[in-house]
Amino acid sequence: MLGNSALVEIKNLRTYFHLPEGTVRAVDGVDLTIRRGRTLGIVGESGCGKSVTALSLLRLVPSPGRIEGGEILFYRTVEEASASSALTDVIDLARLEPNGREMRSIRGNQISMVFQEPMSALIPVRTVGSQITEVITLHQKVSEAEAREIAADMLARVRLPKPRQALDDYPFQLSGGMRQRAVIAMALCCRPKLLIADEPTTALDVTTEAQILDLMRELQKEFGMAIMYITHNLGVIAEMAETVAVMYLGKVVELTDVKTLFMSPLHPYTRALLRSIPQLTDAVARGTKKPRLQTIEGMVPDPYSVLPGCTFHPRCPERLPDLCDRVEPGVSEVAPGHSVKCHLYSSP
Amino acid sequence: MSRVGSVFGGARARLGWRKESAEAKEERFYRAGQWQLVWWRFRRHKLAQAAAVVLAIFYLIAAFAEFVSPHDPLYRYKQFAACPPTGIYIRDLNGRFRPPFVYQVVRTRDPETMRPIYKANAEVTAPIKLFVHGSRYRLWGLFDCDLHLFGTEDPETAPLFLLGTDSVGRDILSRIFFGGRISLTVGLIGVAISFVLGLILGGISGYFGGAIDEVIQRIIDVLISLPTIPLWMSLAAALPQNWPQLRIYFATTIILSILGWTGLARVVRGKLLSMREEDFVLAARLDGESEWRIITSYMLPGFASYIIVSLTGSLPGMILGETALSFLGIGLRPPTISWGVMLQDAQDIMAVAQLPWVLSPVVFVVIAVLMFNFLGDGLRDAADPYAM
Amino acid sequence: MPEPTHQDEPLLEVKDLVKHFPIRRGFLKRVVGYVRAVDGVSFHVMEGETLGLVGESGCGKTTAGRSILRAIPPTSGEVWFRDPVLGPVDVTKLDREQLRQVWRNMRVIFQDPYASLSPRMTLLDIVGAPLRAMGLATGKELEDRVAEMLQLVGLRPEYMRRYPHAFSGGQRQRIGLARALAPNPKFVICDEPVSALDVSVQAQILNLLEDLQEKMGLTYLFVAHDLSVVAHISDRVAVMYVGKIVEMAPTAELFLSPRHPYTEALMSAIPRPDPRPREKRILLKGEVANPANPPSGCYFHPRCAYVQDICAKEEPPLEEISPGHWVKCHLARELRLTGAVQL
Repeated sequence: MLGNSALVEIKNLRTYFHLPEGTVRAVDGVDLTIRRGRTLGIVGESGCGKSVTALSLLRLVPSPGRIEGGEILFYRTVEEASASSALTDVIDLARLEPNGREMRSIRGNQISMVFQEPMSALIPVRTVGSQITEVITLHQKVSEAEAREIAADMLARVRLPKPRQALDDYPFQLSGGMRQRAVIAMALCCRPKLLIADEPTTALDVTTEAQILDLMRELQKEFGMAIMYITHNLGVIAEMAETVAVMYLGKVVELTDVKTLFMSPLHPYTRALLRSIPQLTDAVARGTKKPRLQTIEGMVPDPYSVLPGCTFHPRCPERLPDLCDRVEPGVSEVAPGHSVKCHLYSSP
Repeated sequence: MSRVGSVFGGARARLGWRKESAEAKEERFYRAGQWQLVWWRFRRHKLAQAAAVVLAIFYLIAAFAEFVSPHDPLYRYKQFAACPPTGIYIRDLNGRFRPPFVYQVVRTRDPETMRPIYKANAEVTAPIKLFVHGSRYRLWGLFDCDLHLFGTEDPETAPLFLLGTDSVGRDILSRIFFGGRISLTVGLIGVAISFVLGLILGGISGYFGGAIDEVIQRIIDVLISLPTIPLWMSLAAALPQNWPQLRIYFATTIILSILGWTGLARVVRGKLLSMREEDFVLAARLDGESEWRIITSYMLPGFASYIIVSLTGSLPGMILGETALSFLGIGLRPPTISWGVMLQDAQDIMAVAQLPWVLSPVVFVVIAVLMFNFLGDGLRDAADPYAM
Repeated sequence: MPEPTHQDEPLLEVKDLVKHFPIRRGFLKRVVGYVRAVDGVSFHVMEGETLGLVGESGCGKTTAGRSILRAIPPTSGEVWFRDPVLGPVDVTKLDREQLRQVWRNMRVIFQDPYASLSPRMTLLDIVGAPLRAMGLATGKELEDRVAEMLQLVGLRPEYMRRYPHAFSGGQRQRIGLARALAPNPKFVICDEPVSALDVSVQAQILNLLEDLQEKMGLTYLFVAHDLSVVAHISDRVAVMYVGKIVEMAPTAELFLSPRHPYTEALMSAIPRPDPRPREKRILLKGEVANPANPPSGCYFHPRCAYVQDICAKEEPPLEEISPGHWVKCHLARELRLTGAVQL
């Protein structure tokens, strides 16, 4: 079935930043699979490597970062002019030239990205319309006028009021929410197979955020693209993702479907993270006894440090003495589609 | 912690901590104040450090010009006018190696053009010595002395003119050393005046705002829209011809700094305006700190490094300004020695063609300006160790 | 020193607070209009309680906090504060000396843990600043007090020789807290103190704030945009929309049965860490009104799902519809709205 086949397979990806004071292992052996038309959520605190994973996929890792190893297999569809059937071929994005012709034909076309700050994705001195049509004419063989039609259509699909008028607006003339809609329109104008969304609603207000999340879900139904949704917000993950990867210090510590993640999380970090968020239901518990938030002791260690064993062990309340601080745990599949990187669940 | 790491770049790596324990070095980094962090960052800029060393040598030479120069810069060796740079030898006619020495110089004349031709007399050699006794001088008006760093024993017959002499027989290298004293300090004094003006006017403009700010900003607009050279020329032309050298010198620096302060004033104003909005300044106000203390302890340290960068950046302009003014004959005038004054000799194409070595002050101007620019680059990168 | 407590008198009472920022245009900088950042806000805070002030960006909640402190001068209105030394005073009318006295007991914690600490000062100077500037301690005594404060917020006293660059966001927020609490205040305005922090660190700071409130008998005005955080920490909550309070109620009541359509929509919009499907979300149309050019009548009417003719014409008053539950809506008594929490 097409809907379940892999679109991107990330295998043992390692992206390091070599800085004068040491090496930051931003992404350190990540395995992930993004399926066609599905949503993979990546959640983690700042510095866990979730954004660098996305940038590695697009080959946009800023210097001095480098992909040190691993594969990013992209099962792209090659449309054959005569045959009605579509063939897929596999390409390892990690091997491509970051700014080569092939990568550029994929980026913004088959894989596109929406960032946290919509203003950073738009050129302030050019109209929204000209920026979208440029992306279209870059990847598709259409005339300027046709591209403008497609752009207007896209702006309408992202529910921008008065889409034709918005074509001639400059980014500053749009509000934050509208800007993010325009950026999404730009990202989707080439009908990508994969949309990477890196905290697209973090800079927005809750009511606007709800609108954008709703829009992205509808557009996914309409266009059928896969979404890689990156956020620190567990609430947003619960609303958007089907499969969730929890990252900590450059590694995926737990990978499962969204229901299992919230109902029966296994990794001590996931469990602690879920317990540490304040709940709306706390509102009702007031007056009797103040509910205390569970915290994770300590803080994320220095990014330059290389910890032996499990990277979470200094903060883990359930660490096994003489094991977690020495041996790095392997990934164990505790149930179909639910894997955990923790000694507590590894079969002897 | 990731932010800490990226912000301070190589500062941690460069501390040379190998002998200390990991904790001690961390602690040293954590307890490092602003200037310590700036210094650590500056140390990563090899080029800027090299430039700082070169400039230090320049200023040392300027300070001890009397001692470093082999000759009196005003003394005319009539027998050696327009003499090309002296050759230095380490091997004599017999093929033996000897400490560096020069030959006696004999002047003849070209029978057709009557121009002097200088020839070495291989019979007589004179060793180049360190700490030779030569012309008498009074160092800084305090110490009577006749010691020179290097030279020959008898300059009247076997002289050492490393960069030749000018058309009246004065040693160009010695004049460059003395000229540096003027040319390098004109910038410093000019910048000092700019600094005071810029800090005060920029401070008033940024701190009080409103109408005062408007007036000062419009004055700056007018000043920076004036063409520089004609402005300087007209101001210099207004200086009385009969003023003593010292007064002309100061008047020139003031003319140069009239435009210099505007840039700094804008920097100071902009920084003050943005800092007034900083959370930590508001926090200080709510802590009950006095306005004076907020300015001096919270805001000034925040842009002190920018001021230093800005000042370093304006020094080359001052040096070039002096050179240009004096070259045009409207700045300093002989007998004052400055690089610009020396270059007046190079105004005549014939002179340059026949005595190309009179252009050598240009090399020093270029080196000085380049070094200031390199230094400024390094300082700019190091100036704000807290920038994100 | 035990002081007489006035449990039934509010510690802070804000009456009709207004802050308008002029909009200047053109060469002559003429005033062409006003941004109504805070547009007639009234509330009170009882001693020892936490009032949550919640709203979306640009609703004026931060400006309200700063106007109360008089960090920026309010345009009009009264801010009555029961100062332990001066007695009840209107902060907006105080002279500079009295204001400094009030600032001993009225402190603030900032949102951005990086911008709010001077990077060029050691912790001793930062945390000691209010003590020194207010003449509360000097020399050894000051150092002891700073050490005590650092310990109180969970930092080691040896850290006082360090500079802020040695610390992470969460630790810096602790430093900011130590500075705020150093003069032993009664009232602290917490201006989004956890919104810049990671989830796990956020929980640490929220717990610390609650512990310190109990230990030092503090009263908080907790300004935030995150409803979950507000639900967790507040005794009562005031919801702001475009410069005005639209609803104010005890926390449980507000989250169980909101009476203003905006509160309902705001609660419905929060993404919840719960993947189970829930009832239809209310998606608001359009965007937050522009405070420089607000709509007529009720500012919320262009986005409101329950809008009536009267809403565009008349501004509804803020009415107490049940004890302690204030709503600014013409239909407050008729509507049956859904809360964020169901019992």
